[in-house]
Amino acid sequence: MVLSLEKNLSLAKQGNRRELARLLTQIESGEKLPLDQFDESWVLGVTGPPGVGKSTLIGVMIEEWVNRGERVAVLAIDPSSPKSGGALLGDRMRMSSADNGESVFIRSIATRNHPGGLMPFLDSMINLLSYCGWTKIVIETVGSGQSEIRIIAFANRIMLVDGPDRGDIIQAEKAGIIELADIIVVNKSDLPNADSAAISIKKSLDLSDKNNDTIVMQTSSIQHNGISDLIEKLDHMAINKERNILRIKERLLSRWDYKLLSNSSLGDILLDLESGAINLDEAIELL
Amino acid sequence: MSMRIVIAKPGLDGHDRGAKVIARALRDAGHEVIYTGLRRKPSEIVRVVMDEDAVAVGLSTLSGAHNVLISKVCEELISNGMSDVIVFAGGIIPDSDREYLYSLGVRAIFGPGTKTSSIIEFLDTISERKNSQLDVGVGEKTGWRWS
Repeated sequence: MVLSLEKNLSLAKQGNRRELARLLTQIESGEKLPLDQFDESWVLGVTGPPGVGKSTLIGVMIEEWVNRGERVAVLAIDPSSPKSGGALLGDRMRMSSADNGESVFIRSIATRNHPGGLMPFLDSMINLLSYCGWTKIVIETVGSGQSEIRIIAFANRIMLVDGPDRGDIIQAEKAGIIELADIIVVNKSDLPNADSAAISIKKSLDLSDKNNDTIVMQTSSIQHNGISDLIEKLDHMAINKERNILRIKERLLSRWDYKLLSNSSLGDILLDLESGAINLDEAIELL
Repeated sequence: MSMRIVIAKPGLDGHDRGAKVIARALRDAGHEVIYTGLRRKPSEIVRVVMDEDAVAVGLSTLSGAHNVLISKVCEELISNGMSDVIVFAGGIIPDSDREYLYSLGVRAIFGPGTKTSSIIEFLDTISERKNSQLDVGVGEKTGWRWS
């Protein structure tokens, strides 16, 4: 078994996409690969509320990167239905220009029973992709609100995407991912009010820290505005080392959640909680 | 059993209501569905199936170009080493064209008026066949088809 895994790994490294795809499936189902941890992976986490154009923006970023000779891999996470367990994974349809050529690899991932979908095995996936020579790895999150801080457990660069004219700009005043983003992009800059959205984000950041160096910029995916500037900035961005403890903490929490949700007695314990046989403290003891 | 399934729209036709209804029905039956969006080349669809490590691909066409488009997808799946992938089709496909498509390795063709429950049944059946090592992939021995 281990032998065939190593053979598959070497095939994937030689550029066999089908092997790579299959190995990703194996990782998703809990298999451990005999690979050393890379520290040098270039990983961008893309987060931001639904509908601001994350997938479309990643689609045009891919083109720009590929033109510059990079090999881009995207892990696009979409939610699973809590009722049926099924999922409709539609991110890649917005990156359709990327389905040609050998320099792009897109994989859709369903959150399954892990809300938010930032599961510890993403680490192994990133590691495998780096091992196979993918120079830019992008994780697109489900983009549901402020729980998304966990992305820093897996990505060493964070891009927050927002849109113009969203009531949510006021959300920018709240604490959360906005404080952790290395770069904040107001997408759809072809629409009115993108300028004022960008200005209010910048002001909000300056208010808490005059010296903050978070980049705030505007892009338009459909008009291709600001894209090469964005790539330029991302490629030259230094990794923020101050976040190390936070990063480690989120990694720990991610493992913790995974362990909890994979606990075989979780279902029974939930039933006992529902019937009132045990209380929450007792449930935690049992788990 | 939950499967990863690509639902694709090959060629130039721009009608995807059917494909979206199917995608939704499969999701509600517990499958993970990757929808490609409109106007995709056969080669792009094959690429998506490969990268997503999908078990099956459903091709929806209403343009009349099904013989050309579906045969290309089948051929390219086989030539890329994906003979085990299951191909099914839907849309406007006249009876007179169906034998040809079955001969390419297509395992089911669903026309207008199909209940989503029969597609789910088909998927359950192919899953069982796969588990029992029976021929069901596009490049495997033809003969068995859903009826």
